[in-house]
Amino acid sequence: MATIMKKVDAVIVGFGWTGAIMAKELTEAGLHVVALERGPMQDTYPDGNYPQVIDELTYSVRKKLFQDVSKETVTIRHSVNDIALPNRQLGAFLPGNGVGGAGLHWSGVHFRVDPIELRMRSHYEERYGKNFIPKDMTIQDFGVSYEELEPFFDYAEKVFGTSGQAWTVNGQRVGEGKGGNPYAPDRSSHFPLESQKNTYSAQLFQKAAADVGYKPYNLPSANTSGPYTNPYGAQMGPCNFCGFCSGYVCYMYSKASPNVNILPALRQVPNFELRPNSHVLKVNLDSTKRKATGVTYIDAQGREIEQPADLVILGAFQFHNVRLMLLSGIGKPYDPITGEGVVGKNFAYQNMATIKAYFDKDVHTNNFIGAGGNGVAVDDFNADNFDHGPHGFVGGSPMWVNQAGSRPIAGTSNPPGTPAWGSAWKRATADYYTHQVSMDAHGAHQSYRGNYLDLDPVYRDAYGLPLLRMTFDWQENDIKMNRFMVEKMGKIAEAMNPKAIAVLGKKVGEHFNTASYQTTHLNGGAIMGTDPKTSAVNRYLQCWDVHNVFVPGASAFPQGLGYNPTGLVAALTYWSARAIREQYLKNPGPLVQA
Amino acid sequence: MSDQDRDNPRRDFLRKSLTLIPVVTVASTGLGGSMLMATPAPAQASPAKAPASEKAYEPSYFTAEEWAFINAAVARLIPADAQGPGALEAGAPEYIDRQMNTPYASGALWFMQGPFNADAPPEMGWQSKLVPKEIYRLGIAATDSWSKAFNGKAFAGQDSATQDDLLRRLEAGGAESGEHFAAVPPKIFFNLLLQNTKEGFFCDPIHGGNKGMVGWTMIGFPGARADFMDWVERNEQYPFPAVSIRGERA
Repeated sequence: MATIMKKVDAVIVGFGWTGAIMAKELTEAGLHVVALERGPMQDTYPDGNYPQVIDELTYSVRKKLFQDVSKETVTIRHSVNDIALPNRQLGAFLPGNGVGGAGLHWSGVHFRVDPIELRMRSHYEERYGKNFIPKDMTIQDFGVSYEELEPFFDYAEKVFGTSGQAWTVNGQRVGEGKGGNPYAPDRSSHFPLESQKNTYSAQLFQKAAADVGYKPYNLPSANTSGPYTNPYGAQMGPCNFCGFCSGYVCYMYSKASPNVNILPALRQVPNFELRPNSHVLKVNLDSTKRKATGVTYIDAQGREIEQPADLVILGAFQFHNVRLMLLSGIGKPYDPITGEGVVGKNFAYQNMATIKAYFDKDVHTNNFIGAGGNGVAVDDFNADNFDHGPHGFVGGSPMWVNQAGSRPIAGTSNPPGTPAWGSAWKRATADYYTHQVSMDAHGAHQSYRGNYLDLDPVYRDAYGLPLLRMTFDWQENDIKMNRFMVEKMGKIAEAMNPKAIAVLGKKVGEHFNTASYQTTHLNGGAIMGTDPKTSAVNRYLQCWDVHNVFVPGASAFPQGLGYNPTGLVAALTYWSARAIREQYLKNPGPLVQA
Repeated sequence: MSDQDRDNPRRDFLRKSLTLIPVVTVASTGLGGSMLMATPAPAQASPAKAPASEKAYEPSYFTAEEWAFINAAVARLIPADAQGPGALEAGAPEYIDRQMNTPYASGALWFMQGPFNADAPPEMGWQSKLVPKEIYRLGIAATDSWSKAFNGKAFAGQDSATQDDLLRRLEAGGAESGEHFAAVPPKIFFNLLLQNTKEGFFCDPIHGGNKGMVGWTMIGFPGARADFMDWVERNEQYPFPAVSIRGERA
């Protein structure tokens, strides 16, 4: 028998960025809020304490901060004709675990969004015609515009303490010759902090990109370029480029995280409670199945607990949100054969390509130096900043050098043809570790009819519940775009005049490799939109079918972005919270009539 | 060297034992080792008399035969050569043995619920039921058995050219290894051995490998310094030697 707790106004599942933002917003509105985080309590101190956190084996290699797949993972198959197998060791993606979630171990690249990507289908149809979009490509509009979201992007950057250079502020050009991005949409204010310093590798990229006619700019970074205090009174120290960023707790209080930027403020309010080690099994619905009554979870001692609440926020990682909806019977599951149903639909990812350039010993890139969000990028081939007409694919890609810090166990790389061991490996590793530049084309990824999420019929988690199943593979459009981006980025690499180049791009017929890291930017499955037949949540991230359940996160993206998703995730969460505060609480019910 | 260091017997021991490693390496390889000579000497010379606690590491998981294999194999995967000390000198065998007592080695960090499909294509990731402890036990026995089939000698007893040849064949999938590897695929064994050897060469010394920070020194990784505010923009060689989590300096 479950122990039943005292009812609260709102219960939040997961305490990463979306959970923390919602907790702050809803407590500001006077609600009594409980956040349930399935992992342990963790914070800058003691978990990110120097020097114990400067430990590559424990963090990057043994994956200390990532999802504990011994208890729960996902299964993966390439098509409906295959049998899905469990992702037994994390590889392609690295979701977080514990307080802060992936927001504690992320890198900190903090973009907004290219406005056309919010209305992807409409934009492509308008510019290229309906037939340009492949038949099985299921891209959609988000149902919200950049102009509507701008104040929320702006506020999120102030909360995160983001470093960067504006191109225009309220229509005034301010960023020319200073590292601004000429393709960036207009902003209502400057970045809270100026751009970070650029590593030597980023300087090389900047020069080479300009030499071949592209327009380099400084990456917007949620790593601080100076001391900062955010609107919540949370303090950050300047990033010192320690090189232990992605995969680590920032010991310098320089990388924005829910733990550094939001939790200190929540600790001060009596109407907030954070319960770590609380694993939510399902959202409970009333007999009509149209209203949630709370959630059921397993606590640290293994007891089943029921937490009643008027409002339920699913703030877990993208695919956990989708799985919780499926396990709870919220929304109609997607069927790839009929194309009907919405939960699990439009699962999309990232379409990465990487080029590594190797140099002589007079080029000191010192790859142990780094910050996760810093670097130099070009947007000449991102979004729809170039004419896609002659190329026959949908989607774009920013390209950049983002030297986040490479460490010796997992972060060394040698020119193609170098043996993996022995004296030749040793010599090459000694010759090249501090003399190489890695650049990425961080491609947008589109959604397709056959790429989706559902519950696995075979494998179960530690609590006996079905694992989530990914049916996913690269499509022709993805390979075409990837090859195009490799060619364009290759020009930058060649202009650097390196001794050797390694290209890691996608080949025709290549299948999704579950073991090779790409990004943790997984999207969709509980997508937002304007029509309950084709989306799981409305434009305010409210479930169409169960009005007191809101689902923020990249699960709401109808397709993947060229940029990193966290900036849009944060802005959409603030947007959703505003709707809850100003509309929903006054009159609980659907905010959009179906 | 601070006074605090001098008062810390453990640190004192570490410093002394680390000092000995390059000397042994130079003697055993017969090479002057430009990297070794370039390494700044510790402030204090090592004492003539070694403390009693400096006796060789005793493995707690591996048997004597397995221990001989591990020591021989890591010395070929990352050999001592003109670049400097190798994985043996860095203490990779001790590192690997110590890892065998962690949750990692018993597969406790992985999703290990069946059914298993060990023949799944590589892009499906790890699909074996085997965990590192078992892979070492089975893989070493298989390699030694295969090695003995050639000339009666276990792997550790072969000359280095033969050892390299056997390792290359394992790396390639061991097509000719026949029934010796019925219990464990040669590639899975080789990949694990190589991965753990590199970990033992490059990890923080706190884990038992990378003694004297020889791996870091070879490639120019400064370890736990983790503060490059003044170096981020420069095209210059970083001048300071590595430090470890425990505060040792290379």
